[in-house]
Formats: sequence, structure tokens, C-alpha cells
Amino acid sequence: MQQTMFDKLWNRHVISGKPGEPQLIYVDLHLLHEVTSPQAFEGLRENNRQVRRPDKTFATMDHNVPTIDIFNVQDAISRKQIETLDKNAKEFGVRLAGMGHEDQGIIHVIGPQLGLTQPGMVVVCGDSHTATHGAFGSIAFGIGTSEVEHVLATQTIWQTKPKTMGIHVHGKLPHGVYAKDIIMGIIAREGVAFGTGYSAELYGDTIENMSMEERMTLCNMGIEGGAKMMNIAPDQTTFDYVAGRKYAPKNMAQAIEDWQQFYTDSPDAFDKVIDFDVSDLAPFVSWGTNPGMAVPVDQAFPAVQNADDQKAYDYVGLQPGQTAPEIPIQFIFFGSCTNGRLSDLKIAAHILKGQHIADGVTALVVPGSRAVKKAAEKMGIDQIFKDAGCEWREPGCSACLGMNPDQVPAGMHCASTSNRNFEGRQGAGSRTHLASPAMVAYAAINGHFVDIRKEEA
Amino acid sequence: MEPITTVTSTTIPLMKENIDTDQIIPKQFLKNILKVGYGRNLFFDWRYIGPNKPNPDFILNKPERQGAEILVTGDNFGCGSSREHAVWALKDFGFKVVIAGGYSDIFYMNSTKNGVLAIILPEDQRQILAAIAPDEKITVDLPNQEVRYADYTFPFEIDPLWKDKFIKGLDDIAITMGYEDQIEAYEAKIPSYN
Repeated sequence: MQQTMFDKLWNRHVISGKPGEPQLIYVDLHLLHEVTSPQAFEGLRENNRQVRRPDKTFATMDHNVPTIDIFNVQDAISRKQIETLDKNAKEFGVRLAGMGHEDQGIIHVIGPQLGLTQPGMVVVCGDSHTATHGAFGSIAFGIGTSEVEHVLATQTIWQTKPKTMGIHVHGKLPHGVYAKDIIMGIIAREGVAFGTGYSAELYGDTIENMSMEERMTLCNMGIEGGAKMMNIAPDQTTFDYVAGRKYAPKNMAQAIEDWQQFYTDSPDAFDKVIDFDVSDLAPFVSWGTNPGMAVPVDQAFPAVQNADDQKAYDYVGLQPGQTAPEIPIQFIFFGSCTNGRLSDLKIAAHILKGQHIADGVTALVVPGSRAVKKAAEKMGIDQIFKDAGCEWREPGCSACLGMNPDQVPAGMHCASTSNRNFEGRQGAGSRTHLASPAMVAYAAINGHFVDIRKEEA
Repeated sequence: MEPITTVTSTTIPLMKENIDTDQIIPKQFLKNILKVGYGRNLFFDWRYIGPNKPNPDFILNKPERQGAEILVTGDNFGCGSSREHAVWALKDFGFKVVIAGGYSDIFYMNSTKNGVLAIILPEDQRQILAAIAPDEKITVDLPNQEVRYADYTFPFEIDPLWKDKFIKGLDDIAITMGYEDQIEAYEAKIPSYN
């Protein structure tokens, strides 16, 4: 019988249970951060339980971390949460990239960067953007805190096998159009719940020609379309990325031989297939209050079709018929687990080089990890951003969700490389417009979005 | 987990689609290290118009809606962030049942861990439930898998394993620890690549 990559990965991890029912599956890598883990450790303590496999568990602080002076956590409750993870990691013997550690960063940036994330694995984390790790040909998904506790105690999780969806992405990406535009385009067309109940696999020539960092951007936002798992079959690009990293397998030849089994036999094996041609794709910008409320930069915002649309327009202070270049941008955020990697910063810096951000615009650059920050500084990218008038910060989740002091003021429009434009996401009353790092860089210079394709023609 | 079998209660309708977990409980309330105390901040941005000033137009603040244990809402409820705090907030506020058109997969799993029964009903049936008077009660009967109101009976689906857990109030981890031998046997077979 023909199988999908997901079927093969799933079957390999089943410990107990029948198909169609919740099954007990094994977890190879459990990533932790300070926000969704304290109650889980407390639960272990209350029941006198241990972390079963600290060697398969890795923690860092990312959500609450200040990005100016990381050791000066002003908010007492944030500080308590950070200290609690530090204490829990020590008590339960969990590896931790703590405050100031060279490996610290957004959990979904450091997992791949350290070689912890590998093909063939089941990866979980108390964070919905865990889908990012699916770019390596793994099953990776976000879980809640009760599930975090369960995985800590048993290294397993109960899950019902989702259906499988193939997303055939093909064609040559036009100039000025990026991975971010592909995933935003898919969600804008298919809706914010199209992937609910599915594990989605991206495949096709467009995907094959992408770097691992571009693939991570795609899988990262799968959850914004409802797919808590989004993955890509591993290939030579994947193997080359993993090889030589801190926690990569010692015997890569043996590992690759195993990993090469993980591919989908035929698209016929998927429960559903959708097709996405990128040859004429335009850069996307979100106008509303969920990631599906997005349009190509040269297209008008849609008419109001229901009360939810009206509520979104009221919140963002925009009108149907307007276009993205009409949005007055006052705040800029470069960063997040979607677009906070070195390649993203390089694209933005290339555009900002020798330019200056528009008057009245505040721009934050928050590298995805300390390693990304160091690599960027070695290349002089930090100086390009600073010369352009941007603030070069310490790594963390930062203004993607504003749990730390980095928030977008009420009423301000922010061009952001992050993943969610929900009401209040970047700060109470903030208005988020999602776009690619290149689009955000041009928005910084101009004080409004522009069509890159014309700008760079 | 507390067992849940049958709930008879008044309702609160909140018929908006795609209510994300950032709306259910905003980020500033995720810093706590406890599982309780989130109820007062449930739907914070919609519920308050100033510091501690309730928005009188928001349905959770209506005097006639107080004490309801059943939330009737739109499709794709609980999308976005994986924060279990969303379920903790609903539970802490007093909701025992949510009736929606659908849920994000992560929210649904979180609800099963906390004894908050997340039921899926089609839109026409939810519209009937959303239109009933504030003092009218409906019954959610888990053993028989049906929602009853006046002359209406709406059946719903639930996985037998989750149903059993809800009715018995079982602790997942204790159940899984019974699989220790199988987990060990599995671990012995994992390739090491070393």
C-alpha cells in the first residue's frame, strides 16, 4: 500500500493503540520554554514524578526575555517565570540554554540550529509554532501544558492520527516574492482552518529548491492555517544542514541511510491534495485580525461580508477598497520564529543598506537566537541596521507577542515579519500587518508598504 | 481531573468565528505559574473598557447571564497559540462545556485534559441554542452524547477514549505509566546513529 511520509513516521512511533483511536506515540525531542512549563513541573513535583528522559529534553527562556538588557527583568512576574524554569531545569536535570547562554534563543530557532531537530523524529513543545521543525521531515506539533507534563513524565503522548494533506507547491518564485508570501498566500486562499485535523506535507519543485530556513518559514505558519503539523520530506539540503551541528548524529552516514526512507510514495497516498502555483504570486500583506485576512500588495482589501470582517476593519482602522501602501506604518518588527533567522536579516539588511527608515518610524531588529545575532554582527549586518536608524536588540520572541516590554503602542500600525495579527497580539490596541522581511524593510524606509516588484524592477 | 457526566445550565452565546486563544486570555496573564486565577481575565480585551471597568455591552458582563456553565460559540474556536491557559480561564470562570462549530486541534486536546467538554454542533443547531432566553437551561448529556433543549435533541460525537476519561475523571499520566514495559521495549529499538 502506498504511504505518505507522515504514515511512515507515525507508524514508526506507535507504542500502543489501534488506528482510528488515540494512540500512544513516542517523543524523540521535547523542547521547553518558561511560559508553558511551570505548571507541568509543579504537577510532577506534586505526584513525586521524575523527568523520564532529560537527555531528550531541552529548555530555554525566550518569551519573557527583555531585549535591551536581558538580565534586567523589570516585570516581577516575568522574572519569577524565568527563575522558575532555571530552578526546574536544575532540579529535574534538564538541559538548559539559560539567560545569556550562547545557545539561548527562540526555541524554534535553536532546536534546528543546535542539530537537536532531526529528520524522522517526533518533536513536541508547549508552543503552537513547533510545526517549524516539520521542515526537517519530522512530526512536530504544539501541545498544551498538561501534555508537557505527560511527556516529561512518560516521554510519550496520546494522539489520534490526523488525516494527511499534500500541498503541491510548484513554479519559480518571482523576484521579490519569498517563502513568507507562499504560506500567507496559501492561508489567504484556503482559510485559517483549512488544515484542522490534518498533517500537511509541502512538496514540489519550489520546495525542493528552497533552503532549510525558507522551509522553516513555511512550516512555522502551518498552524495559522489550522495544520498543527506541517512537514517537508528530508533531502540532501536537510542532511547538509544538520551535519556538523552541536547535537547532530556522530554517524551521519548511518543516519542519512535511515532518514532517506521518509518520503511520500505517491500523492495518491494523501487523503487530500491541494495545488499552489507560485509563478505569478505577489508579495502578501495582512490587513485584518487573523492571518487569512491578507491580500497581494497590489490588490484592494475585500468588501465586508460578515460581522467578523466589520469587527476586523473597525479594529485596524482601515476600509474595504484600500490597498496595503495606504497603511501608515509607524512601527517595524524584524524577528520571530517565522523570520528571525540569519537569511531573513540578510535580506532586510541588503535592502536597508545605505538607506534610512522614514521619519516617525520605530524599528526593532530582534535576532532569533544569540548565535544568529553573533553571526550577523560578524558580517556587519548589525551596523547596517543601526546606520538605517533601527534598534539592534538581544534575541527572543519580543514584539511578536509582547510578553516582554517590546510592544507596539495602541493604534499604531506595525509592519511585522512575525506570524500572528490577532487583536492585541503585539500590545493592547496594536495593529499588525504581516509580511516578508523584504516587504517590511521597504515599509521601514518608506513609512508604508510598496510593491517590491516595481521597486526592484 | 474532575469527572463530568451531565451538565444542566443556562448559556452564554458568543457567536463569532475564529476566536483565538489570544482573545480568550491575552499574553499578559500567561506569566503566572499556577493553573488557577485566570477566570477574571477571560476575554479580557472585550470584557473590560478600562482598568477593572467591565464593558456593560459584553455578554459575559450581563447580569442575567451570570452563572452560565455552557458557552455557545462559532467555528474554529481556540485557534492560534497553544496556551492551555485558555482552557484554564474558561474553567476558572465556570464554563464546563463549550459548544462550537469546530476547534483547533491543540485547544481540543487541552480541553480533554481539564474536564472542559468541547462539543461540536452544526451552525443551525448552535443558532437555536444561541437564541434562547438568558434564564432558560439546556442539558448536555455526555453518557448519551446529546444536547437537549425544549423539544430539541442534538446528538454529538466524541471519541470513546476521551468520553471515558471525562466520565471517570481519569489522570492520563497514571494510565500511561501502566505502559512502562512497552515504552521500555520501544526505547530499546530506537536507532542511535552513533
